[in-house]
Amino acid sequence: MEHLTFDYPAQRAVTARAHVGVVGSGDLEVLLSPAATMSAQVVVRTSVDGYSHIWKSVLDRFFTRYDGAARIEINDFGATPGVVALRLAEAAEAAAAAETGDAP
Amino acid sequence: MSSTLNSPAERLRESFIELSARERARALLDAGTFRELLGPFDRIESPWLPLQGIVCQADDGVVIARGTIDGEPAVVAAIESAFQGGSIGEVSGSKIAAALELALRDCERGRIVRPVVLFETGGVRLQEANLGLAVISEIQAAIVALRRHVPVVGVIAGMVGCFGGMSLAAALCSYLVVTKPGRLGMNGPEVIEQEAGIDELDASDRRRIWQLIGGEQRAATGLADILTEDDSSGMREAVRQAFAQGMPQTHRSEQVDTYLARLAQVDPVTITPESMRIIFAGDARTSSKEQA
Repeated sequence: MEHLTFDYPAQRAVTARAHVGVVGSGDLEVLLSPAATMSAQVVVRTSVDGYSHIWKSVLDRFFTRYDGAARIEINDFGATPGVVALRLAEAAEAAAAAETGDAP
Repeated sequence: MSSTLNSPAERLRESFIELSARERARALLDAGTFRELLGPFDRIESPWLPLQGIVCQADDGVVIARGTIDGEPAVVAAIESAFQGGSIGEVSGSKIAAALELALRDCERGRIVRPVVLFETGGVRLQEANLGLAVISEIQAAIVALRRHVPVVGVIAGMVGCFGGMSLAAALCSYLVVTKPGRLGMNGPEVIEQEAGIDELDASDRRRIWQLIGGEQRAATGLADILTEDDSSGMREAVRQAFAQGMPQTHRSEQVDTYLARLAQVDPVTITPESMRIIFAGDARTSSKEQA
């Protein structure tokens, strides 16, 4: 198990939180919540060691489009980079929906 | 694929099995009433898994939700099978036990709360061993105490099924709702094959496995009460129906003499799924339910 943290700049405050995914085989869960400061922090716990450079690539790409000051916690159980990217997008979308009151 | 989409009703069917534990709980409660307790943002995780190099899930794989069923207060405990096989650890099990104990306290004060447990579990989480087993016994004790006040409804939808100590918890429920893909048994097929040999049971023989412990067989032998399709609204209706039946005259686990008499008729050498259905058919509670 590996513990990784990443920081990114942010442009806007996040006011809602979102939870998506499950810590199942090839999947992961994402907890997205408002950050305390105007920056984004990602904390990854992953069952697969030695892939921090891949995590950085996936997160770098996500944060080219995402500018929220969010604390993002990821509990990973061997998700592929594609699944990680989709779950991040899903969490961002769910939080945005919750902010505008569209949540289920 | 298209051959399965014959009628509009079939096209509109939403699988219950494919839902996550949280979505399952939401699907069973009246629309808009779902309210989660100790959710992922409360971060009550297993303290034992990280010590063994295993990544935690923020809710430890159990969703506790309050809401209403048919307008009546209800609590749903849903096990997430995708996380560690739905195994019961100290935290996940304590969440279920505490939810049932709180419902019991409400019932004792005259405020009836309808309890539903969604069993999707291989049983105790081996990494948490005795702590998991201890809490399973708490769950069982809570079910027995609760069912004096209100029917306790268990659901085994699949695909994991319900095994180990939690199969005993399921057996203590007032009513069990199952699907065909659902399975209920003490030891899983792989365990039986490993311990007793492939001559006893071939765990790869799926047809045989479901003939023995599948939901249809469990319903036909009176060990489950309602067999329903893998359909979200059908499942909600089945759970609603179970509560509408009210308390059973006697719970299965109280019918010791009845079941001992049936077991005495079983010849382990010649027993088949078909002969099981003959010996275990005609369950009094099932027939009285049909008359009602």
